[in-house]
Amino acid sequence: MAIFLNKDSKVIVQGMTGATGMKHTKLMLADGTNIVGGVNPRKAGTTVDVDGTEIPVFGTVAEAMEKTGANVSVLFVPPAFAKSAVVEAIDAEIPLAVVITEGIAVHDSAAFYAYAVEKGNKTRIIGPNCPGLITPGQSNAGIIPGDITKPGRIGLVSKSGTLTYQMMYELRDIGFSSAVGIGGDPVIGTTHIDALAAFEADPDTDLIVMIGEIGGDAEERAADFIKANVTKPVVGYVAGFTAPEGKTMGHAGAIVSGSSGTAQAKKEALEAAGVKVGKTPTETAKLAREILNG
Amino acid sequence: MDLFEYQARDLFAKHGVPVLAGEVIDTPEAARAATERLGGKSVVKAQVKVGGRGKAGGVKLAATPDEAVARATDILGMDIKGHTVHKVMIAETAPEIVEEYYVSYLLDRTNRTFLAMASVAGGMDIEEVAATTPEKLAKIPVDANAGVTKEKAQEIVAAAQFPAEVADKVADVLVTLWETFVKEDALLVEVNPLAKVASGDVIALDGKVSLDANAEFRHPEFEELEDKAAANPLEAAAKAKGLNYVKLDGEVGIIGNGAGLVMSTLDVVAYAGEAHGGVKPANFLDIGGGASAAVMANGLEIILGDPDVKSVFVNVFGGITACDEVANGIVQALQLLADRGEDVSKPLVVRLDGNNAELGRKILSDANHPLVQRVDTMDGAADKAAELAAAK
Repeated sequence: MAIFLNKDSKVIVQGMTGATGMKHTKLMLADGTNIVGGVNPRKAGTTVDVDGTEIPVFGTVAEAMEKTGANVSVLFVPPAFAKSAVVEAIDAEIPLAVVITEGIAVHDSAAFYAYAVEKGNKTRIIGPNCPGLITPGQSNAGIIPGDITKPGRIGLVSKSGTLTYQMMYELRDIGFSSAVGIGGDPVIGTTHIDALAAFEADPDTDLIVMIGEIGGDAEERAADFIKANVTKPVVGYVAGFTAPEGKTMGHAGAIVSGSSGTAQAKKEALEAAGVKVGKTPTETAKLAREILNG
Repeated sequence: MDLFEYQARDLFAKHGVPVLAGEVIDTPEAARAATERLGGKSVVKAQVKVGGRGKAGGVKLAATPDEAVARATDILGMDIKGHTVHKVMIAETAPEIVEEYYVSYLLDRTNRTFLAMASVAGGMDIEEVAATTPEKLAKIPVDANAGVTKEKAQEIVAAAQFPAEVADKVADVLVTLWETFVKEDALLVEVNPLAKVASGDVIALDGKVSLDANAEFRHPEFEELEDKAAANPLEAAAKAKGLNYVKLDGEVGIIGNGAGLVMSTLDVVAYAGEAHGGVKPANFLDIGGGASAAVMANGLEIILGDPDVKSVFVNVFGGITACDEVANGIVQALQLLADRGEDVSKPLVVRLDGNNAELGRKILSDANHPLVQRVDTMDGAADKAAELAAAK
């Protein structure tokens, strides 16, 4: 089953012909992802040879969907062009748009998120500024390394890319149903809550690991959601206890403003909802292991 | 990026938000000519990015050009809550103020939309108003694509219950302020106070603007708005090299890949430090996914150049980038720094995990660099780095 992405997903890549797009298209293919096309209006009608696989290039997302039945788009479009690329994906009503791009202006991401809502939420946006998502053994939509771990019964949702990898590595012997990197920007399309709800409903997921970080109140709201709606065990980790107030820590959204957005408040909210929160990634993995081993 | 008041004033003026005349100066003597241009009297206002400057004596009236020079002399160099005043704004004196209001636009992260906030109880700390009399602060969501038209502005004005005689003028300010918010790619625009003066006009007397650094690609002027004088020299040097670096006050230098992993590394080092005399992380430095030798060398150069740093913890998880490349990067970086004549004398603890970790570890062991120690778990490496920093 898994969430949002599986072996039947047909994936197109917006920005495939750029250097980053090309590199990751190769890696996604190597992980077994069914990549059915790329989108680039200037190269429409051509094909690109990716390690021996001929991938057709279409002029628009709508055309790619019509010709291939694509239902997932992964975007490697530079920040300046990202808004129009996401809007195009929304107009085409593709069910899932995974926005890898880092450095998109907030006015642009707020605009495309509002547009997706206005159009009836037919397109789920994951990201921006995220590593994408992977359902090990089935499909990989983004830049998460495919060889860290294997299929298993842990669901993972995280704001951070490298902490996602670290956690998958710590629990590699157990394996994952899906791992979703939701991104570290202030405005993101898919939240912790969306992923928690999907993992709760997924029969292939037995335990959920949730990784948060400073900034905003997404973790606090996720805690409320867990308390009311999640019956599966949830293990949490929050990064940024030592971050000073008012400083952006790498991710555009990772900033403590006044007394809001602190790691301590997030940890306390999660613990109050019955979530076991680890002090370090390793300790968090240990907590997950203990629960799964009964 | 938070702006100074005078920069906010300039942006307001550019988009038609009514403001008073003013100019910024950095020497007392310049206050004379600036005050003369304003007709002989002025307000001398300290330019600092912190609230409460009025109470701290950073805003003074000057009845004559001579007095303006005297007040500027007092204020320039003053310390306001840890911020040194390097510039003052010589502003037109405000006409008689009848009422003070508050208006702002900001990002509402929780609801993933923009928010207009408005209150007729302006002039004071708005967080205080929000906390004690929340009914006096109207909060109206603004759709990013629909924006603030005159109709929307009238809705905000009605929600905040502005008096009828200023309703239209405040609505006009809300429209022009929205223009400022969008066209300048701001995360926050705030006018406090928005004053109603004796003539019945409304004027933005003070304001705050914070710009979105991610929008710099379409705003080359952002670079000039940066306060380079105030930046920490290490942060400035890191920025010049394109590195994502934040100076902190501890002793363990940190290099890692990925914002989340680096934040986590800081925490793990701080926990480990509790057992070693309370040593703490000295910085945040994310060298990104690539972690090439050149980037590693630049990062190490910044960290080793920090006199507070006693030991360095390089924490890398090889994802797409393989650990053997990272290990080669570290070895080459140390050689590069030695070749450049840099002082490389602080111990490095390196933890490599993930893709090709075994190969990466072997490269480090084979290189046998006297300053480099390998510890293969994150928690263990943090402990070792803290121990080394405490021993220095």
